[in-house]
Amino acid sequence: MSASLLSDISIFVLSLLVGFEVISKVPATLHTPLMSAANSIHGIVFVGAMLAAATANDALGYALAFVTAVFASANLVGGYAVTDRMLQMFKAKRAPAAKDDRR
Amino acid sequence: MSTFDSVVALLYLLAAIGFVVGLHLMNSPATAVRGNRISTVAMAIAVAVTLAVMANDYHVHPAGWAVLAAGTAIGGGGGLRVARRVKLTDIPQLVSLFNAVGGGAAALVAVNDFVRLSPHIPTRADVTTVLDVVIGVVTFTGSIVAAGKLQGLVSGAPVVWKGSRATNGVLGAAALGLAAYILSGSQNVAVLGALCAVLAVIGVLLVLPIGGADMPVVISLLNAFTGTAVAMAGFVIENSGLIIAGALVGASGTILTKLMADAMNRSVLAIIAGGFGTGEAAGPVGPGGASVQPIQADDAAIQLAYASKVVIVPGYGLAAAQAQHEVRALADLLEERGVEVSYAIHPVAGRMPGHMNVLLAEANVPYPQLKEMSDINPEFPLTDVALVIGANDVVNPAARRPGTPISGMPILDVDQARSVIVIKRSMSAGYSGIDNELYTDPKTHMLFADAKAGLADLASAVKALVGT
Repeated sequence: MSASLLSDISIFVLSLLVGFEVISKVPATLHTPLMSAANSIHGIVFVGAMLAAATANDALGYALAFVTAVFASANLVGGYAVTDRMLQMFKAKRAPAAKDDRR
Repeated sequence: MSTFDSVVALLYLLAAIGFVVGLHLMNSPATAVRGNRISTVAMAIAVAVTLAVMANDYHVHPAGWAVLAAGTAIGGGGGLRVARRVKLTDIPQLVSLFNAVGGGAAALVAVNDFVRLSPHIPTRADVTTVLDVVIGVVTFTGSIVAAGKLQGLVSGAPVVWKGSRATNGVLGAAALGLAAYILSGSQNVAVLGALCAVLAVIGVLLVLPIGGADMPVVISLLNAFTGTAVAMAGFVIENSGLIIAGALVGASGTILTKLMADAMNRSVLAIIAGGFGTGEAAGPVGPGGASVQPIQADDAAIQLAYASKVVIVPGYGLAAAQAQHEVRALADLLEERGVEVSYAIHPVAGRMPGHMNVLLAEANVPYPQLKEMSDINPEFPLTDVALVIGANDVVNPAARRPGTPISGMPILDVDQARSVIVIKRSMSAGYSGIDNELYTDPKTHMLFADAKAGLADLASAVKALVGT
């Protein structure tokens, strides 16, 4: 087992533990936005798509890199955009509610 | 390690910190927007750093840049367009589709690596390559089927057929055999292709037998799968950014899946095993032959206008009809008359946890009026009229009895209100596929209408009543 594999495994396990701890008592209201946020974070696979494009050197490699880039960028851009849209609803809600209070 | 490499590693670490902090801030509505912003910035850093790595460490062929630019323009542009335009009710299936392509991309990273290195594949890539392909491909097709079920393109009812178990067994054995063959050192691209094909079918067959009502939990689970697949892809291409972010999503997604399943009082295992709403589980039907009592908008309006406490129970029908503004208008009218109005939000009403909150927030319904299930249930006995709008399974008293497909699911105790008005288009069953005993309850009246039209009729009837 190489040193780099060992360090990768350590990073992986510790990240898993952080992931288990970072979510706690989320109100049901936020379940969907949270799922969407997590969904956009795994859009980091786009980095993998970039490196696939960087190392491609034949037609099959380019084709695979292209499809990977389409998939990953849709996940990344769309994921953040739709999460943001959902969260805007929460923000938009508070302002008018405050206005109602003043009335 | 060169200065460049050190800076790259530190910036990836910064991005990872951003993901953790961003995800943590999503725990509360007050900080959620900031959390997503931080996460977005972290992602921008990761992508920018990778661009620098591409320019510095690789001799990227112009065709490589062109392929990346074209793919990103198409995927990113398409994703942005759909995300901006999608109807609020369709967001769950969109999240599932984004999840599908994420899983597909993760699998492709491993496939690409395998194809490129197939003559001389390093030993360490083997296990993670296979795991990445297995999880990624299953998630890809599984998420597409989940989205199809929510969109109504695939039957929401559990799809089970004779011999499905045997089929799964054969496919599972085939996948295991092919995976073992690759792990034993085969560098045959065709074998990997065959494995992908078998896995694609398995992904479809895994989700088909699960009922539509469980789709939110399934999507969350598949989301966690994609995270894990991305982490595996990180092992394959030795990129710590992918490993950290992927593992983070894999773990937090698993916790979120459990939270969602708990909210429905169902175990994740039972959901995966399917059977929710399958024919044989239909169980005892409520009072046989009981008839429903239809009601006209005018009569319903009288009940509402002269009530002192009204609880509105929104469900998928409200979302499907986009009637959130109409319900707000009706609530405003009632409040002007001094009626106390609140909304009972079942955690899984609609097609996704939090669906109703998002929808009502769009219509600027004051936040304090939204009551969670545990807060509102004790108030139903004191409620004059419970107005159920397109909700079905979440108010079905059959859930309290054992032996029905929804047994054990926590429900809103609507049947304890003094009277109940249900706005619904027809008597058709909900996602679980069973009849709703609430509809035949003697104190229940059915207003057969589309939620939007029904609420508008009610509002104008209330207006006519009070002479404004």
